[in-house]
Amino acid sequence: MAENIFKVNETEYLLKGNRSCIGCGLALAYRYILKALRENTIVTLPACCLTVVHGLYPNTAVNLPCLNCTFPTTAASASGIAAGLAALNRTDITVLAMAGDGGTFDIGIQALTGAAERGTDFIYVCYDNEAYMNTGTQRSSATPLGALTTTTPVIAKTQGKKDMLKIMEAHDIPYLATASPSYPLDLYDKFVKAKRIKGTRYLQLNIPCPPGWFFPPKDMVKVGRLAVETGMFVLYEIEDGKFRLTGRSKTIAEKGRRLPVIHYIEQQGRFKKMSADQLALIQSAVDDNWNGYVKRSQG
Amino acid sequence: MEEVQIMTGNQAAATAAKLCRVQVVAAYPITPQTPIMETVSQWIESGQLPAEYVRVESEYSAMTVCVSASSVGARAFTATSSHGLLYMNEQLHWAAGSRLPVVMCCVNRAVGAPWSIFNDQQDSVAQRDTGWLQIYCRNNQEIMDSVIQAFRIAEEVYVPVMVCYDGFILSHTTMPVTVPSQEAVDGFLPPYRPHTILDPANPKNINPVIFPARKLNKDGVLCNAYMEFRHLLYKATIEAKQTITRANEEFAAKFGRDHGGLLWSYKTERADYLLVSMGSLTSELSAAVDTLRDQGIAAGLVGVRAFRPFPDAELREALREAKGIIVFEKDVSYGYEGALCSDLKAALYGTGKEAPVINFVAGLGGRDVRARELVEAVSESIPLFESKTSFPATRWLNCHTG
Repeated sequence: MAENIFKVNETEYLLKGNRSCIGCGLALAYRYILKALRENTIVTLPACCLTVVHGLYPNTAVNLPCLNCTFPTTAASASGIAAGLAALNRTDITVLAMAGDGGTFDIGIQALTGAAERGTDFIYVCYDNEAYMNTGTQRSSATPLGALTTTTPVIAKTQGKKDMLKIMEAHDIPYLATASPSYPLDLYDKFVKAKRIKGTRYLQLNIPCPPGWFFPPKDMVKVGRLAVETGMFVLYEIEDGKFRLTGRSKTIAEKGRRLPVIHYIEQQGRFKKMSADQLALIQSAVDDNWNGYVKRSQG
Repeated sequence: MEEVQIMTGNQAAATAAKLCRVQVVAAYPITPQTPIMETVSQWIESGQLPAEYVRVESEYSAMTVCVSASSVGARAFTATSSHGLLYMNEQLHWAAGSRLPVVMCCVNRAVGAPWSIFNDQQDSVAQRDTGWLQIYCRNNQEIMDSVIQAFRIAEEVYVPVMVCYDGFILSHTTMPVTVPSQEAVDGFLPPYRPHTILDPANPKNINPVIFPARKLNKDGVLCNAYMEFRHLLYKATIEAKQTITRANEEFAAKFGRDHGGLLWSYKTERADYLLVSMGSLTSELSAAVDTLRDQGIAAGLVGVRAFRPFPDAELREALREAKGIIVFEKDVSYGYEGALCSDLKAALYGTGKEAPVINFVAGLGGRDVRARELVEAVSESIPLFESKTSFPATRWLNCHTG
C-alpha cells in the first residue's frame, strides 16, 4: 500500500513517447495501474484508445506483453489467457483486461458477464470516458444524460447512464472498485489489493477526456476531482460483499462537503445544451445515489 | 494398443482430440456438434484428460479463448456447426491472421433462415476465405485420422485447420473405427511449439495497429506491414499443400491408412465422365459409380479432401482425360453456382483442357441424396456432353420449385 507518493513502485511500464492525447486521463491511470501490478502481468485489450496508447507496429510504448483482441472479446480473451496459463501450470501471472465503456457496457458485456460468472481469474478494467472516444465521440450506453456526442449532436443524449457497476456487483465477484486518475494513490492501492485477490475483479475508472468532453487538457485532473467532489462519481470498493467508501469520497461523507453537480457540468462543453430540468434531474439522481452509498458505508 | 471401436463421428472427433493431448478446450452447445463437447467435458471432469475446459457463453468467445490460449502456448481445440461457425466469423479471420494452429471440427449443418438442423456444407464453404485450411471427411475413421493430422499440419505451417464432416450423416452414425494407441499418436504429433509466446519474460505487443507501408522499428530495421503479413499467411496456405500431402503419407506409413492427402479417386481408370464432390456425398457417389460402371458407362469419382488449400494441379491431373466433369456439392454461391464448381473450373482455365463441367447443387438442408438419383443425374448429363451443346445453368437435384 502507498500511504504517500514516495512508496509507489518507481518502475515505469508505460514509457515516454506514447500516443495518448494531451491531458489523457487514461494514460495517467494506466501508468499507476501497471506500477501496481508490476512485471508479471499479461494485458489484453480490444480496439480502443488504449490500443493507440500501446503504439503502432513495430514499436510499442508499454513494457509488458499485450494481446490485442477484437472489440467484443476482451473478457473472453482474458479467459483464454487464464485457461492457457492454467493448462501450462503458470500460476504466477496476473491477467489484466482493459476496455473502454463501449467495449464494456455495450459490445463487450456478453463476454464480460460470461467470464465473471465462470469466476475467471483476472482483473477487468473498464476505463469509462463515457463515449466511443477512439472513433470520435459517438454515444455509448455509458454516456450521461444531456451530453452532446457526434451521434447525439443536436438535442444531446436523452437517456441516463447505464449502471454497469450494479450489473457487475450482481455477479457476486470477490472484488469490485471504482477509481479515478485524479486520485492516483487511491487507484494504486486498489490495484495492489486487486492483484492479491483470486477470481474476477472488476474496476471501473472515471476517465476525463479533454477532446471528447470539451475542456482544456490542463484541466483533466481538476475535472476528475470535480466528478468526485460533486458525487457524480463515487470512490468505493466492495470486497467479499463488504462495501466501503474510499479516499476523497470517504472524506466527503465524513465531513459532509459535497459540491453541487453544476460545478462539474459547467467545466465541460459536452453539457452546453443541458436544460435546467435535466440538471435538476441529474442533481436529484446524484443525491439519491450518494445517500445510498453513505447508508451502505455505515453498514 | 490400437483397437477397433464402434463409434459415431462425434465420438471419433472427441477421441482424436484426447489422443492429441489438447490443453484448452472451449465450446458452446449447438446441434449436431454438442456430443463432442459433452464427451470431452466428461473426460476432463473425471480426470481422464488433463486440460482446461472453458464453458463459454457463445461461439464467438469459444474461438477467442482458443486464440488467446494458443497465444500463451497451449494446444487449443473447439468444435461447432452452422450458426455457431458464422457467429465466429470475425474470430476465424483473427485466428488465421495471428497464425495460430487452432484445430476446429465443423460438423456441417445448413444455415438459416429458415431454421434447419440438418446437413449441408454451406456453413464451412462460406468460411472459405478466412485463411483457414479445410479438410472434408468421408467417414468416421477419416474424422479420427484427420483431426490427428490437422494438429500436425496446423502446427507445422502455423495456420488453423477446420476438419469438416457432415452433420447426422457422420456425426450421429456409428461405424467401426480403428483407434490408434496414445504412443503412436505421440510419435506422430510432437508437442506444440508456438511461433511467439505471450510471456512477461519477453514482452511483445501482439496484433497491434499496423500501417499500409513498412516502418522502421526502434533499432532501425524495416519491418513488415499489413500486406507482408497477409502475404506470409497466403504463402503458408499454399505451402500447406505439401504439408497436408506429407502428413498423409507419414500417417499412412505409420498407421496403415491412406486418406489421399489433398484428394482421392475411385475407379477413375479410363473413365470418360468424372464426378467430383467432397464429404459424405462421395459415399453415395461411389455407389453411383458402381452402378454406372455396371451399365457400361465409364464413370469415376474424384473426392476433394482439402478445399483450402485448393488442389488445383492435382485436380488438373486427375481430370486430364475426362470427356465430361460433373460437380455435386452441398453449397451454393447465390447469384452464381456451387463454390467447388467455380474453383474447379478456375483450376482448369488456361490449360487448353476443354472438358465441359456440369454443376449439381444437392442435399441442402438435409434433403436425402440417393445413389439412384445421382445415377440419373449423370445419365441425363451424358447426352449434353456428347452433343456439345451449350450447358445448362447450375441444376438443383431433386428440388421441386418447377
